[in-house]
Amino acid sequence: MAERVGFFTDSSVCIGCKACEVACKEWNGVPDDGFVFRATSYDNTGQLGADTWRHVAFIEQDGRWLMSSDVCKHCTNAACLDVCPTGALFRTEFDTVVVQPDICNGCGYCVPACPFGVIERRERDGRAWKCTMCYDRLRGGLEPACAKACPTDSIQFGPLDELRERAAARLERLHADGVDEARLYGESPEDGVGGTGAFFLLLDEPEVYGLPPEPVVTTRDLPQMWRWAGGASIALVGAVAACFLGSRR
Amino acid sequence: MSRGGDSTATVPEADFRSYYGQPVLKPPVWHVPHMPLYLYLGGLSGASSVIAAAARLSGHDRLALAAGVTAFAGAGLGSGFLVAELGRPERFLNMLRVFKVTSPMSVGSWTLAVHGGLTAAGAASAVTGLLPLAGDAAVLAGALTGPVMATYTGVLLADTAVPAWHAARRELPFLFAGSALASAGAVGMLTTPRAEAGPARAAAALGAVMETAAAAVIERRLGLEGEPYQRGKAGLLMKASRALTLAGGLLATVAGRSRTLTAASGLAITAGVLCTRFGMLEAGKASALDPKYTVVPQRERAAGRRLAVVPDQENGSHTP
Repeated sequence: MAERVGFFTDSSVCIGCKACEVACKEWNGVPDDGFVFRATSYDNTGQLGADTWRHVAFIEQDGRWLMSSDVCKHCTNAACLDVCPTGALFRTEFDTVVVQPDICNGCGYCVPACPFGVIERRERDGRAWKCTMCYDRLRGGLEPACAKACPTDSIQFGPLDELRERAAARLERLHADGVDEARLYGESPEDGVGGTGAFFLLLDEPEVYGLPPEPVVTTRDLPQMWRWAGGASIALVGAVAACFLGSRR
Repeated sequence: MSRGGDSTATVPEADFRSYYGQPVLKPPVWHVPHMPLYLYLGGLSGASSVIAAAARLSGHDRLALAAGVTAFAGAGLGSGFLVAELGRPERFLNMLRVFKVTSPMSVGSWTLAVHGGLTAAGAASAVTGLLPLAGDAAVLAGALTGPVMATYTGVLLADTAVPAWHAARRELPFLFAGSALASAGAVGMLTTPRAEAGPARAAAALGAVMETAAAAVIERRLGLEGEPYQRGKAGLLMKASRALTLAGGLLATVAGRSRTLTAASGLAITAGVLCTRFGMLEAGKASALDPKYTVVPQRERAAGRRLAVVPDQENGSHTP
């Protein structure tokens, strides 16, 4: 197995150019996601989805603009992968999470399972789609198209351990410069999804960027849920038995 | 970014931040009526097979026949809706490509496959009179797959990031089990000669109580995450469900051998449990589409954890 790789998206140097969105679409042949004027900001893709695998969030605040390129988090404990009934979603040799389009039968279970609202079913095609971290490019020894195209190195690609060190240094530097609001998002293996393969440096709270503040992989509670279902099954059998005992022929 | 708030709300709204009020999560993509009808038919089939086995053992032969055929019909029709729900229906067999306990849908697909086979065998034998021993064995085995059919759907919904569903993870299997029992009792009452339908009437009443109790616990225990069950379209469906199911359940206790009361009770319960299934899907969608239900509970959880770790830290407010 190759070393785990990932993205470190440093939103403090993002200029909102959307070159990542374009490069992703070009390389992966991602269909048109609509030409929509949202009338809220300079964001024209809105959110990640089946046809948007990189999304540049744009937030206008007093005295500053916040921009951040969002992407699939390639979670350590990935809910989409856990719940996929066909095995179409799998973990690659790079520790990324990828959908196999020739296996996916479009059951749609991964869609509400994702705590980040990333993966989506493309209705005219019937299958679920999301960022593959350019699996084909990784296998060819190339970096993903978005990272390659990013003109400011806001999107950095590399071995995850190395990116975490780089991010810690960058955070320290920003704090030393007085940017107290800078924080890392998704880099901690202690979080509810075991850390993400794509993590971020943000300048405000995650929810301001449309990210969940404390995401958890719900399969974490699955043993408990099966136990409750077991209890309910026993209750059902007991109730039926009682019905027949109560009305013996 | 926008602050949350609904000026028509009667309870004070939680203050939270979001990205232009957009959802954080993607709502469930499952369609109406396919998904709620599958939930209904799967539950009906599961509980009916338990009733069929109990009836077989206790010598209620007409009820055993009716419940066995219902179990088969529910599984068969339900499978049809399940396949039609897929984005790529021609690939439905991919469901049996792997078995994963981490995927309630995988567990459910395998259970449905086995349960469908057992109920088909049981019903075929009962109707044709062929291979009676094998038929009885299939009916009894159906009492093992049936409870899984009736309850796994609770885990199916709960094992998602949808706040209203995940927060109700304890109660959902009981809600679905009660709902399934009520629906199987109702169909049993309607398809069995009234003199022999006593256990079906009892099942209808008991199931109605179990479903209503589980729904009431969800509303009490959940707080903010339970709000989608009480508002809008989902709220109306859940209220209708409660009224119809309870009324039908009460009628079942007094219906006795009256044809009219039996019909009224069976139909009211069937309508009620259908409302439950449609209401569950609507509540899930509403809960995923409003960022409030994602952000506020997560903020509260984070604040609680910080307070637990560092007791003297400033009060971890969830407002920015």
